[in-house]
Amino acid sequence: MSNTGTLLEVSGISVSFDGFKAINNLSFEIGPAEMRAIIGPNGAGKTTFMDIVTGKTKPDEGKVLWGELSRNLIGMNEAKIARAGIGRKFQRPTVFEDQTVFENLLMAVKNDRNPLKVLFFRPKFKDLAKVEELASEIGLSDQLERKSGELSHGQKQWLEIGMLLAQDPKLLLVDEPAAGMTLGEREHTTDILKEAAKTRAVVVVEHDMEFVRRLDCKVTVLHEGSVLAEGSLDHVTQNQDVIDVYLGR
Amino acid sequence: MTMFKKNPSLMVFIGLLAIFTLAVTFMSEAYGTGALSTSFVKTLGKTLCLALVAIAMDLVWGYTGILSLGHFAFFGLGGYMIGMWLMYARTEIIVVESMANAALPPTPSEISDAIGTQIFGVVGSSDFPLIWTFAHSFWAQIALVVLVPGLLALVFGWLAFRSRVTGVYLSILTQAMTLALSLYLFQNDSGLRGNNGLSGLQNLPGADAISQDNISIWFFWASAFALLLTYLIAAFIVSGKFGSVIRGIRDDEARVRFLGYSVEGFKLFIFTLTAVIAAIGGALYYPQAGIINPAEIAPIASIYLAVWVAIGGRGRIYGAAIGAGFVSLVSTYFTGGQAPDINLGFYTIKWVDWWLVLLGLSFVLVTLFAPKGIGGLFDLITHRMSPNRHGLPLGPDKGSLREEEAEK
Repeated sequence: MSNTGTLLEVSGISVSFDGFKAINNLSFEIGPAEMRAIIGPNGAGKTTFMDIVTGKTKPDEGKVLWGELSRNLIGMNEAKIARAGIGRKFQRPTVFEDQTVFENLLMAVKNDRNPLKVLFFRPKFKDLAKVEELASEIGLSDQLERKSGELSHGQKQWLEIGMLLAQDPKLLLVDEPAAGMTLGEREHTTDILKEAAKTRAVVVVEHDMEFVRRLDCKVTVLHEGSVLAEGSLDHVTQNQDVIDVYLGR
Repeated sequence: MTMFKKNPSLMVFIGLLAIFTLAVTFMSEAYGTGALSTSFVKTLGKTLCLALVAIAMDLVWGYTGILSLGHFAFFGLGGYMIGMWLMYARTEIIVVESMANAALPPTPSEISDAIGTQIFGVVGSSDFPLIWTFAHSFWAQIALVVLVPGLLALVFGWLAFRSRVTGVYLSILTQAMTLALSLYLFQNDSGLRGNNGLSGLQNLPGADAISQDNISIWFFWASAFALLLTYLIAAFIVSGKFGSVIRGIRDDEARVRFLGYSVEGFKLFIFTLTAVIAAIGGALYYPQAGIINPAEIAPIASIYLAVWVAIGGRGRIYGAAIGAGFVSLVSTYFTGGQAPDINLGFYTIKWVDWWLVLLGLSFVLVTLFAPKGIGGLFDLITHRMSPNRHGLPLGPDKGSLREEEAEK
C-alpha cells in the first residue's frame, strides 16, 4: 500500500434529520496509516459522520470514496462496508455479553463471512494464534474463557478494540474510547490505538482534550456539521474560531 | 468434536431417548407387554414430533432471537403434503378394488374420476385441483414436504428480513402469514378439502393387513429417529462459529453487521432451515394423528409453540424438547377428561375448561420468576450459576436473552 494516496475521501456530504442539518457539506481526507482525532462540541456531527461512513445513515448528497480504487461507499450496506475494511467501535462498549472473550474474538477474526462457510468453519491453527495474539495485545490473555459480560467496563472497551483489530481493517473508527475509564486504563487504550495506527488509519472521535493530547496526532475540529479547523492540537486550540466555539460559551 | 464438548447434554439426551424408545417398544401392544395402549403410543410418537418442532422454534427464537409465531404453518404444510399422498394412494386402492368386479375393465381416466369423486365429494367437487398433480407419487410428495414449506419460508423470510422487519412487527407478520394460510385452506375450493381437511391418514396404503399396533410403533421409532437427527443438527449448528454469530444477532444485530456478517443471510438460513425441520415433524405427526385440517395451523398453534419453548427454557436445545414434551403431555391429561374435577362446593373446576387458564398462568409465572424455564432446573444439579450481571437484557435487541437466562 502506498503511503501517499488517500484511504478515505469524504466530499460534499450533507444530511439533515427533520430539517436539522447534522452534516453540512463536509469534506476531508484520511491517508493510510494515519492517526486522526476528530473533536467538536455536542451536536457537531461526529457520530453522524461515522454513521455515514459505515453505511448506517444515507447522506442526502455527497460521496464517500474508499481505497485505491476510490469506490463510492454510499449505497453499500453495513456488512459490505465492514468487509471492505472499515471497522467501527461504538461509544458504549458493545461486545456479545453472553459469549466468552474467545468466542467474541474468534467471531471477529477475518475469515469468510458467508453463512455456509461459517456453518462448517472449524478454527485453524492460524485463527487460534491470531486470537491469542490479540488477547495479549489487549491484555485479556487470561480472561479468554470468561463471559465477556463479566468483564469490567475498561476490559470490554479493549475487547471491542481487539475485535476491531481482528477484522484487520484498513480504517478504524473509534467513538470515545476513553469514556468512563480510569487513568491507567486510558494509558493502555492510548498504547493500543497508537500501535494500531502504525499499520492502518485510525480515526478517534473524542471529547476529552487530555486524551487527544496523549494521542499526539493531527486533529480535525467539527462544528455544526462541517470542518472548522485542522492541524496539530496546539495549532487548533489557538485558532480563534475554535476558541469561540469551545471556550466562548 | 466441539459439538459434544460444548453440549454435555447431548450424550445424556441421546441416552435417555434410546432408553425411552426401548421402554415404549417393550411396553407396546405390538412388540411387548401391552402395558401401553396403541393410542397412547401414538400420543407419545406425536409428542416426539412436537419436541422436534420445538427444537426448530428454539433455534429460530431462543438462539437467533426471531420470535416467529408462524412455524406451525410449516408444520401443518408438511402434514398436508404427506397427507395428500396417503389419501390419494389409499383411495386409489379402494377404487380399483371396487371397480375390479365391473364387466369392462376401467380406463385410467375412469379410475382418476372415481378417486376424485371419493376425495372431493365432501366439498361438492370431483376434479383434481392442480396442486394434486404429484399426489400419486410418494417420492414427489416427500420432496414437496421439504420444498413447499421451505420455499414459503425462503420467500417470506427474504421479504421480511430484507426490509429489516424485526421484533414484535416480525412476530405479527408471521402470525398474519399463518392466519392467511389457514383461512385460505378453510375454503372449499382451496383444493385441500376445506375445513374437512385430509383424513384417514393413519391407514397406510397397501398395509391394511398390518395392525395399527405395529404401525403406531413404527411411526414412534421414525419420530424418535427424526428427533435425534434434529437434536444433532441443532447441536452442530449452535456449537460452532455459526452459533456464535446467531446468538450475536439475537443480542445485538447491529454489532454483527459491523463485523461484516450479512445478518439477513444468516436469519434467512435459520428461518428456512427450521421451517423445513418443522415440516418434516408435521409429516411424521399427522399420519399418527390420522387427520389434518386448517384449524391445525391457526395462529394459536404457533403461539403454543413459543409457550412450550419458553416454559422449557429458551436458548438451550434440551429445554425446548422438554418443554414441548412436558406441556403437551400435561395438556393431553387435562383436556382428555382424565384429570379429576375439583369440587369447591360453590363451583366445580372442570380441567377441560380451566387448563388454558392454568397454562397461561404458568407461562406468565415462568417468564417472570424463572426465565430459564424447566431447563434451568438442571443448572441447580450441575451447579451452573449465572454470573450476577444486574438483571438487564444482554443486548439492545428485542430478542436478546436476559441475564437470568444466560448460561455460564
